[in-house]
Amino acid sequence: MSTDRLIAYALRGWFFIALIFIFVPIIINFIFSFSPERFPTLPLGGFSTGWYELILSEAPVPRAFGNSMKAGVIVALISTFIGFAAAYTDYRYRFLGKNFYLALALLPPTIPVLILGLVMLMFLSRVSLVGELYSVVLAHVVYCIPFAMALIRLRLAQMDPNLESAAWNLGANSWRAMREVILPFTLPSIFAALALTMAVSFDEYMIAFFVGGVTETLPVRVLALLQGQVSPRINAIGSVVFTISMSLVILSQILLLSRRSGERNVAAGGK
Amino acid sequence: MRPMARKVLTQQVAPERVGTAVRKHKVEGYALFWGAPLAVWQLVFFVAPLVFLVVMTFWTVSNFRLAPDFDTVNWVNMFSKGYVIDTYFRTLGYGALAAVMCSVLAFPASYALAFKASPVAQRIGLFMLITPFFTSYLVRIYSWQAVVAENGVLNGLFDLVGLGPFTILGTLLGTMIGYITLTLPLVILLQFFSLSGVDRNLVEAAQNLGCGRLRTVFLVIVPLAKTGIILAGTFAFILCFGDLVSPTSLGSSKPPTLSILIVDTVKQGNNWPRAAVVALVMVLTLIVVAFTAIFFAYRVKKEKI
Repeated sequence: MSTDRLIAYALRGWFFIALIFIFVPIIINFIFSFSPERFPTLPLGGFSTGWYELILSEAPVPRAFGNSMKAGVIVALISTFIGFAAAYTDYRYRFLGKNFYLALALLPPTIPVLILGLVMLMFLSRVSLVGELYSVVLAHVVYCIPFAMALIRLRLAQMDPNLESAAWNLGANSWRAMREVILPFTLPSIFAALALTMAVSFDEYMIAFFVGGVTETLPVRVLALLQGQVSPRINAIGSVVFTISMSLVILSQILLLSRRSGERNVAAGGK
Repeated sequence: MRPMARKVLTQQVAPERVGTAVRKHKVEGYALFWGAPLAVWQLVFFVAPLVFLVVMTFWTVSNFRLAPDFDTVNWVNMFSKGYVIDTYFRTLGYGALAAVMCSVLAFPASYALAFKASPVAQRIGLFMLITPFFTSYLVRIYSWQAVVAENGVLNGLFDLVGLGPFTILGTLLGTMIGYITLTLPLVILLQFFSLSGVDRNLVEAAQNLGCGRLRTVFLVIVPLAKTGIILAGTFAFILCFGDLVSPTSLGSSKPPTLSILIVDTVKQGNNWPRAAVVALVMVLTLIVVAFTAIFFAYRVKKEKI
């Protein structure tokens, strides 16, 4: 019995060590973003918000941030729509070549982003679609569709397949059944897919680096800083982005939770 | 039919006027509306570029200009160079090492999360594991640079107990730290999902029949969670095999991996066709690895009696 408990503690301890490994770079990034020195060590030599002021005062960083936001929102909308459409097609129809269709839907993330970037640059430069923000959007949608598709397909798998046909039997046509049965049921996964694809696009640097050319997104700017000399600007950028994306995640969680409790209240009130 | 029900029905049917003939036609348009976007987008922006990659490997470069051609010179050239072959097997080895290391390091953690955590602790643990997906991998690698540098945080700690300094930047260990940063949360999550699907009754049965702890883990739990464990390792391999950032920023690009080779080939000689050869070989390797892994992950072993 005591050996069992010892083993349980050891295992939990290992999990804790893994978490430390995962969080060390995140926490160090936060701490060092307030360092006044270029080569910070622990304990910090002082406290300064200088790097934050620097990134806000230089044009490239805010511009790159704006590019990332624009691209992220458009990519999220397009890839979530296509991902939803593909998930629904997979859910509802059987057809010749379905395996190929699913491969198209799911394969892109298994190809290294370096190669995707290279390949897209080779191709898009042939048809003169390279170097603009829309090039980044075109390429990112390819990479983001699988994430949206997977999330929404998982939700559809939980749906009673008779619900849609019940709606048809009650006289709703396909569009109406889609609007009143499928869409409301998949709505949480659609929001989740929007958030996830936006996050993936916002964070992707390799494809954006290749096809974006001089149109830099934020992570491409970070990549440029990383390859140059040591620059604690990266710490400040990383902290800002982390704070924004975590707030979005937590906000979406709160929205989902309050929505769910709202549904429960309605259900309780209806009885 | 009850009047109420009829009323609802007529309300729904009347404005739409669904006749069978019209409906059939409509459904086809409907199916196309949902089915076509993916096919069109991925054929144009994913399959076409990949096909173009294959074509590109046969093009030639003269005076730094690309010329459409059908010449195997790039293939012959790349495969006859010793360092290209070496780099290929080195990258393969790095990916395999990272996948194995990460799987082994992750297993006790995912096991603890699946079997030794209360539901609340589980939820907190999962949230913590998802958090790194919302931080930039580049930023985390940059932080690691400051941690493992010669005069960094880690060597500062070692110095307190009279050890070090250790050189980690520019070594294989540095590269591996980066690879594991990239893959560890994902591998723990995937292992956790398959471990939590293991039937507890079978585990208890094994223990009741006198199976020891370690034997239960390796003869009952691991085989039951095999699919997830293999797929997690495969994902780790795929991610590390093509990663550029860890081997350059933490491994200082020496010795190079295939992704560094691609970038150098493009940057130095502007030789896109040769870079395409390397890229295509990488894609083919990943396809072979992925299908082999799927074969082993879903294979049902014949019972040995």
